[in-house]
Amino acid sequence: MSSTSEKFLVGIFDDEDILLHGVEGIRGKGVKIHEVYTPFPVHGLDEALGYKRSRLPIAAFLFGLTGTSLALTMQIWMLGFDWPMIIGGKNFISLPPFIPVTFELTVLLAALGMVATFFIVSDMKPYKTPRSYDIRSTDDKHVMAIDLAVNKLSKEEISQILKANGASEVNEKNF
Amino acid sequence: MAADEQYIFKPEAKRKISILFGVGVLLFVLGVIMAMNSGGHHEGAEHGSIEVAKTLVASTDQENGGHQTGHEAGTGEHHGSPVWLKKIYASLWHNNIFFAGLGIIGLFFVAIQYAAQAGWSAPIKRIPLAIGQWIPIAGVLTLIIWFLAKGDLFHWTHHDLYDPQSADYDKILDQKSVYFFWLGSKGGFPTFYILRMVAFFSLWYWFYTLIKKQMLAEDLEGGTQHWYSARKLSAVFLVIFAVSSSVAAWDWVMSIDPHWFSTMFGWYVFASWWVAGLATITLIVVNLKDAGYLKMVNANHLHDLGKFVFAFSVFWTYIWFSQFMLIYYANIPEETVYFIERLKHAPYSWVFYANLILNFVLPFLLLMTRDAKRHVAMLKVVCPIVIVGHWFDFYNMVTPGVMQYNGGIGFLEIGLACIFFALFLWVALSALSKMPLVAKNHPMMEESLNHHI
Repeated sequence: MSSTSEKFLVGIFDDEDILLHGVEGIRGKGVKIHEVYTPFPVHGLDEALGYKRSRLPIAAFLFGLTGTSLALTMQIWMLGFDWPMIIGGKNFISLPPFIPVTFELTVLLAALGMVATFFIVSDMKPYKTPRSYDIRSTDDKHVMAIDLAVNKLSKEEISQILKANGASEVNEKNF
Repeated sequence: MAADEQYIFKPEAKRKISILFGVGVLLFVLGVIMAMNSGGHHEGAEHGSIEVAKTLVASTDQENGGHQTGHEAGTGEHHGSPVWLKKIYASLWHNNIFFAGLGIIGLFFVAIQYAAQAGWSAPIKRIPLAIGQWIPIAGVLTLIIWFLAKGDLFHWTHHDLYDPQSADYDKILDQKSVYFFWLGSKGGFPTFYILRMVAFFSLWYWFYTLIKKQMLAEDLEGGTQHWYSARKLSAVFLVIFAVSSSVAAWDWVMSIDPHWFSTMFGWYVFASWWVAGLATITLIVVNLKDAGYLKMVNANHLHDLGKFVFAFSVFWTYIWFSQFMLIYYANIPEETVYFIERLKHAPYSWVFYANLILNFVLPFLLLMTRDAKRHVAMLKVVCPIVIVGHWFDFYNMVTPGVMQYNGGIGFLEIGLACIFFALFLWVALSALSKMPLVAKNHPMMEESLNHHI
């Protein structure tokens, strides 16, 4: 990664209400916001930023379905064909005792699959250095990052818009 | 703050409910006539099936063999009422227990909201409150039907079973007799049992009036003191309900099959009542919203109600499976007989599977996505499915034990269900029209208006 390839303008907000209204105002002026980092969840921020609903539940459903079929196939093959055993006088392939294992594998695969999907989609891999636009986003400040490369407006114009919409300070950050 | 809203029980709604009632009566009368005419045929079937039942039960109880055979032979003599009358009794009891559950769930829902200090539900709490108005009516109906039909519904009421000299003497029931007859003589008037029935309905209705009084006083006076009082009452009620709902389930449903028992049964009946009640509340909220009421209820509130129906459909399935699986696996004859009755004979067998599809598969798949829970259209499809599904659930809990192999679902059963449903709706909606539709001074109304999930 070259040292100055990505230029960001970073707006600092002290209060989540100012931030919420600020996001609306800033987007209203046509500024594209890269991401907002907050020390705690802010209700309505996703909508204000215009984020689409996550498709993670679809991944979860498909992973769950995989777990269900894997569990059923495994048990039916093991106890029905590979090594049939008489247990409590039941049929070799009897559905009720398979249900708990099926349930557990469904939950396990759905959960692990969802975590893995989330990591991949969010580009969180081992040894990756996390970017910090402003370290105070882990303490008491709301931090708004704006990628200058994708915005048509100049740095000065955006800086003014940020200030006009409640940013307490505006900094530059290069990666 | 919230706008004042008042539900008006319009003549049009009254007419629709009256038509439902009329259709119910018509179907019921038709069903009774049909059942009376085919009585002879069924009588024959009954004798045949008693033979089956005799071998079934006799073969399961080795230790008690002699007595058991005697007791089963006695069953045939005892069941004196003609099949059509037994059919009416079974259906009356089935519908009564189901709708009594919906009524009591109204109060339970309100109490849960207070105990959990929930804010989101503030604008819809009047609907479960109105449903609770069914409690006293259910209490009276339960007592009347019980005394009318005890001999046919509850095998354990026959006094011969407790007389060691009698051919019908039943050692197992004799050992259980204290639970029914305490304070009185065995096989006589079941004092303890009736005392419980009266006590439960009185307690429930008492707490209902106390909590309702606080909620309505809040409309006039405002402040938070009524909310705190209602919360205190709710907490006490929940403790009482935890015990009474379980015991009620043993008394009113499980004792129909007095030899059989399941430690899951109290939970099972509660889960069925609860999810059916949640579906009823949701359905009424959705329909009121469609009619232009409940303006502050938005997709977020519907989402919460939808999550309730979804989650407790899964909870009911969990309880159902826990009960079935253990009995299936242990394979102890006196326990499995309950499921064999229901699995091997129509119509119980198809009700058994329909039960799982209507109450688990359909709500689980249809309500799984976020959008489904937030949209009126999907809730209008799923809630009736869940309500009908749990009506079937109670059918399979009550009818096989009373009717043995003569049960059926026809005009009689559907007609009575329509009659009960019409009465229930009438009572709930007229109660709703007698109070403000939305609480006027609920301390959490503002929170609910800004509810966002």
